[in-house]
Amino acid sequence: SRISVVHCFYFRGGAELLFDGVKKHQVTLPCQPEPWDIRNLLKWIKQNLLKEHPELFMQGESVRPGILVLVNDADWELMGELDYKLQDQDNVLFISTLHGG
Amino acid sequence: PGDRPCPRSYPRSCMKCGQGSAVLVIRLGDPFCRDCFREYFVHKFRAMLGKNRVIFPGEKVLVAVSGGAASSAMLRQVQEGLSREAAKKLRFVPSLVYVDEGAVRRQTPAQREETLARMETLLQATGFPYHLAHLEEALELPPSILQPGPGGSGEPGPSYKEAVDGFIQQQRQDRDGGTALPGLGTQDTPAGPPAAPRLPTAARTQELLRLFEAVETTTAREELLQMLRTHLILQTARTRGYTKVMTGESCTRVAIKLLTNLALGRGAFLAVDTGFVDDRHGDVLVVRPMREYTAKEIAFYNHFFDVPTVIVPPLLTKRREKPSIHRLTESFLLGLQEDFPSTVSTVYRTGEKLSPAPAKASSESERCLLCLCALDIEGGEWGRQWGGLRGVLCQPWGHHTVTTEGPCPHRAESKAAFIPLLCYGCRLTFKELVRLWGAPELLPLGMGVSIPMAPLLQGPLATLPPYVRAEAQRR
Repeated sequence: SRISVVHCFYFRGGAELLFDGVKKHQVTLPCQPEPWDIRNLLKWIKQNLLKEHPELFMQGESVRPGILVLVNDADWELMGELDYKLQDQDNVLFISTLHGG
Repeated sequence: PGDRPCPRSYPRSCMKCGQGSAVLVIRLGDPFCRDCFREYFVHKFRAMLGKNRVIFPGEKVLVAVSGGAASSAMLRQVQEGLSREAAKKLRFVPSLVYVDEGAVRRQTPAQREETLARMETLLQATGFPYHLAHLEEALELPPSILQPGPGGSGEPGPSYKEAVDGFIQQQRQDRDGGTALPGLGTQDTPAGPPAAPRLPTAARTQELLRLFEAVETTTAREELLQMLRTHLILQTARTRGYTKVMTGESCTRVAIKLLTNLALGRGAFLAVDTGFVDDRHGDVLVVRPMREYTAKEIAFYNHFFDVPTVIVPPLLTKRREKPSIHRLTESFLLGLQEDFPSTVSTVYRTGEKLSPAPAKASSESERCLLCLCALDIEGGEWGRQWGGLRGVLCQPWGHHTVTTEGPCPHRAESKAAFIPLLCYGCRLTFKELVRLWGAPELLPLGMGVSIPMAPLLQGPLATLPPYVRAEAQRR
């Protein structure tokens, strides 16, 4: 089944500052033959949503060290990290732990 | 790459109860379900306090809250711990303090007011007494804040066990006698609808900004911010009789601080700067109960259990400035952690092995003016550099008489007066706190020429906080 919608949230630690202060994005991913995984989602976010300073959110093909990723409220480490295959209506949450305290 | 274990397929079960489905991985691949994680998190806090036994029952503790993730999680643990029933309950008397640093974090007055309002709501909701302070107030600190207070090691006080026994007995008496224990919310700011938070005057804010803008490097600016914040919190504690201050440095933050401070030349003081207990101030003890929680654990806890936070922008930087040593170390450590997930804990564990030097230097002449740690350097390169100034009477203000055998770097003399008062690390920071002063007004000196110090006062030293100058003069 094709996925259409992924809900992306940028919370806590100021990650939202990189997205114009917008905390929630409902992302409709364009249909494509390869399944959408987090790796591709990040590429898509970088191209379409990140307003400035991409290096503050991403490093290489992954998120910058210090930024946590939760898929459906669970640690992405449990889901295969970049390889996790997105399902329709999945929630992806990014939490920045940088400069916090 | 590195030694990260291979991710397995979803879902995995909790390693503790074996039943719940795991929601996060902590340490090196330990999956926990939500409930077991909560228990683990809450237990760790009480174990930290219980193991270290420095917070006595009934003691007044000032909890420093920044609105950030770690100190907010700490606040939640204080609430949780104090609300439990019977014997396992935490037994100290907390008050909260928040320092508004908006002036130096690029916030407009409107943004500062909004942040303050949100923080006040957050603090009020706990029911504990709280204080809101503005960083500008650091300009009005008394020089005595830089003197270690009475008390600390060497003073015989009740042992922890004696204090606990005494407290339990007192409680029994109070219960029987019908008198209430000193309640929360009786001193400081009473509960009620929050008054509109008032910001300092624009003039004060400008004065503070001038101080920060005069600093040459981002690194020194970070150090200045930490110094002013610490002194302000300390003053709040001292004036209201709090004997303990809790700050929310996480394990991740402690590891970063350890390496940063090493780079800053503070290797001699790593134990007090990052340990559970920081006793440099004497009468007020700073404790760091969050130092065994990683930033990840804190972030997950806050998310799962709705811990409110208020995030503010980072410290101001000038255009095209290099990042501070603090930021660079953070990037370095977190980057390494990605591929080698035991990095942070290894740095942390190494730091754990450091213990503070036995307290000997208790007189202020043997303590650094800025950080209050024992002076760790004798003359050294600074002594040699200023060695050509013989018979110098150094008074940073008033008239200044000089006899010298050679070229007199007079501009530097006023700075030189500070040098013997500072530890190695603070000397390096001090160089960057005090902007080099331009040559034109410098008058060439012969023997026995006295020159007015007033022009020099408007130069470098005017950009030091007043209480620092006053205390330096006193010494």
